[in-house]
Amino acid sequence: MKGLVLSALMGIAALAAVLVGPGPAAAGDLSPAIPQAKGTQCVEDTQVMRRNHMDFLKHQRDDTLRKGIRGAKHSLKDCVTCHVQTGTDGHPIPVNAEGQFCQSCHSYAAVSIDCFQCHATVPGAAKSASAR
Amino acid sequence: MSHDTSRRELLKGAAAVVTLAPGLTLIAAEAGARAPGTAASPANRWGLLIDTTKCDEGCTACVDACKAEMGLGGHDRPLTDAQYIRKVTVTDPKSGHTHSLPVMCQHCANPPCVDVCPTGASMKRADGIVLVDRHICIGCRYCMMACPYKARSFAHEDQSGQKEHNPRGKGCVEACTLCAHRVDAGGQPACVEACAATGNAAMLFGDLNDPSSEIARRVAREATTRIRADLGVDPAVRYQGI
Repeated sequence: MKGLVLSALMGIAALAAVLVGPGPAAAGDLSPAIPQAKGTQCVEDTQVMRRNHMDFLKHQRDDTLRKGIRGAKHSLKDCVTCHVQTGTDGHPIPVNAEGQFCQSCHSYAAVSIDCFQCHATVPGAAKSASAR
Repeated sequence: MSHDTSRRELLKGAAAVVTLAPGLTLIAAEAGARAPGTAASPANRWGLLIDTTKCDEGCTACVDACKAEMGLGGHDRPLTDAQYIRKVTVTDPKSGHTHSLPVMCQHCANPPCVDVCPTGASMKRADGIVLVDRHICIGCRYCMMACPYKARSFAHEDQSGQKEHNPRGKGCVEACTLCAHRVDAGGQPACVEACAATGNAAMLFGDLNDPSSEIARRVAREATTRIRADLGVDPAVRYQGI
């Protein structure tokens, strides 16, 4: 996690420079192609999420695990549920697979994601299309 | 079934769906679930009462249910594969009397695993559930050495296919969470449910601090024991028949 935060800080400048503009990537644009989420509105503004999602997640994980507070909005489970894509075989594709929501941006920013060494990459009881 | 449980089931059934208008219903949260946004309370002390006279040596319903619920796949290495609950068979050497009982994290009030943890990863929640914060566990395994109940496991391998309510990965210690995710939602641990459904109904879950709960009433009325009570760790898991 420490590694993630450190690399996130280093990568944030590059992210901010390129990811500010919304909308699809134009020809010659090197920004990552980010799959569309299921919902219409994220729990925070897109720009706020891009810069601060790691802090939201880190704050809430401590509240949930150590204090037992459930149901708050910055939930990794909810991120996965909303942002997971379904493969051609009908099974959800892990969010950390190549080209998927988490991985596309993180590989662009050269930031490793440690979350999914432990956390589920597909929602609920769903079986992942392939191994992690 | 006890009077208390019957009443709870009835209330759950009655309160679960409230019809506001034709075609419009409000589905209430399960009875006993803690409201979203509220923290675990020291007013609760979750515990188990296990009647070993009902527990059958050949039955592994609780162990199987735990593995399925928590996503514990093994590598066919019984000495190191993760186990949150295990069946132990004890024999009185004098009489030869043998019986079987499940042993899991005893969710001690004074947990030795928390005392020895160098990072604060091993922790006790306000409602008495002892957990490992795997975000800060460094995998030193002091807690495994300290635990008198051999309740903790270490993940030696990269993991995949984890359950979303039980994140687990290589290099961290893990143990029974008393199914905190189910308890917070007003449910019961998976082992208790399985024991009632396909086992011998030897396990009872409840709030030891609530005098009206069945577990508290039985503990107050009947003789119960705790494994290695002499250690003074005050476990929340009590046994009958050993």
